Amino acid sequence: MTLPPGGVIREMGSTRKSRTGGWRSERPIIDMEKCIECGSCWIFCPDNSILVRVEGSRRIYSVDYDFCKGCGICANECPSGAITMVLEEK
Amino acid sequence: MPKWDVMHGSRAVAEAVRLAGVDVIAAYPITPQTHIVEDTAKMVADGEIKAEYVKVESEHSAMSVVIGACGTGARVFTATSSQGLALMFEMLFVASGMRLPVVMVNANRALSAPISIWNDQQDSISVRDSGWIQLYVETNQEALDTTLMAYRIAEDERVQLPVMICMDGFVLTHTVEPVEIPDEEDVKRFLPPYRPKVYLDPRDPMALGPIAFPNIYMELRNEQQKAMEQALDVIRKVNDEFKEVFGRGYGNGLVEEFNMDGAETVIVTIGSVAGTFKDVIEEEHPDVGLLRVKSFRPLPKDDLRRALSKAKVVGVLEKDVSIGLGKGALASEVRDVMYGAGRQPRILSFIAGLGGRDIGIDSVREVISRCKKAHEDGAGDVHWIDLK
Ligand code: SF4
Ligand code: SF4
Repeated sequence: MTLPPGGVIREMGSTRKSRTGGWRSERPIIDMEKCIECGSCWIFCPDNSILVRVEGSRRIYSVDYDFCKGCGICANECPSGAITMVLEEK
Repeated sequence: MPKWDVMHGSRAVAEAVRLAGVDVIAAYPITPQTHIVEDTAKMVADGEIKAEYVKVESEHSAMSVVIGACGTGARVFTATSSQGLALMFEMLFVASGMRLPVVMVNANRALSAPISIWNDQQDSISVRDSGWIQLYVETNQEALDTTLMAYRIAEDERVQLPVMICMDGFVLTHTVEPVEIPDEEDVKRFLPPYRPKVYLDPRDPMALGPIAFPNIYMELRNEQQKAMEQALDVIRKVNDEFKEVFGRGYGNGLVEEFNMDGAETVIVTIGSVAGTFKDVIEEEHPDVGLLRVKSFRPLPKDDLRRALSKAKVVGVLEKDVSIGLGKGALASEVRDVMYGAGRQPRILSFIAGLGGRDIGIDSVREVISRCKKAHEDGAGDVHWIDLK
């Protein structure tokens, strides 16, 4: 195996390819029925794994499971109990 | 034209830094390395060195600064000692892991506690596994010359590893010796500017020192070991080239042999104390040989095996001890090297000079006499010299 000395990475943004979501043991599930669109989960997620998209007059929150580590911070911060942590099972 | 002058070892190092054309210096003063920091700072302030001098608040930062600078393709220098080296521990592995040719002088000093500002080699020996090349010098001239050689070795494409020049604190840093300052044009010929293939540049973005997952980390460590092995040859060649340009070299660059022809008793040692042994051997013990290990990392195993294969007794004297093993680190490594190398010499470990205790002529005489009595009944393997 030939490697660049020091493990230099010449390709920008290559971390997108390292799907670290596999480290997760619990996954957050967002219930948009309960969500009040406060954005706390998006602010507190240490892994930038909360995704927001606008649909009509609503902001829809979802989780990027490729990178979410399942730390549960979003579920703890959510003021309306819209996020539940569910055990990952394969 | 080269110039002769008398100077402290620290000044000799500063002269080398001036001649090497470094771009960035960052260092934090600590006894007994302080004069290196002062002299290089003055040279930069006076315009004799055209470098950026970054003042830092700790050795951890000093090493971090030179790592960052080196990553952009700059030739860098730093110096430290003892507690400072210990504080750098984390960053030492970063420099070697990122394969950056950082050059640092370590003025060897004992570690606390109890506080000791005096010389031994426990500091650099304790970071032997950090992936740095370690070259130990005997004289002020050798400190200057080895600093110049260090850049050639570190920057060589087959190596790309940081180099630590280890010089005995006070014994060399604060002792005045005649030193030849090489001619600038000769140095330019010997040491061309540093032009790395890979370096940080906003026009060609890349990541240096990123995360390595378990599928790749081990391979990168293995690459470091291979580079160390390649460094053996590079160090020899750089020493030869240095000899061609400046008319002096140090053994084969890795080890220096003195009076080894037919010697049945051989002293192995490291650093400035070799000079005291040479004097005693020359005047009193013409039958004793001396092998000075200059390169401790990489350890020149083949040279050691070849040089020691005919000896009956090998006494390894050093200023460090691996507490818990109860021996000097070099002594245990010499044993490791000689294991399975055919006929086994008796190998003794001499621990001396810890915390600045002088290793005088009488100490050296004692070491040689114990080596000569190594085969007598009850002669031990480990000897603490001058222990009260
Ligand atoms: S569980 Fe943690 S990592 Fe995953 S989305 Fe919530 S805060 Fe982010
Ligand atoms: S913290 Fe809870 S309520 Fe607020 S946006 Fe996120 S899911 Fe919705």
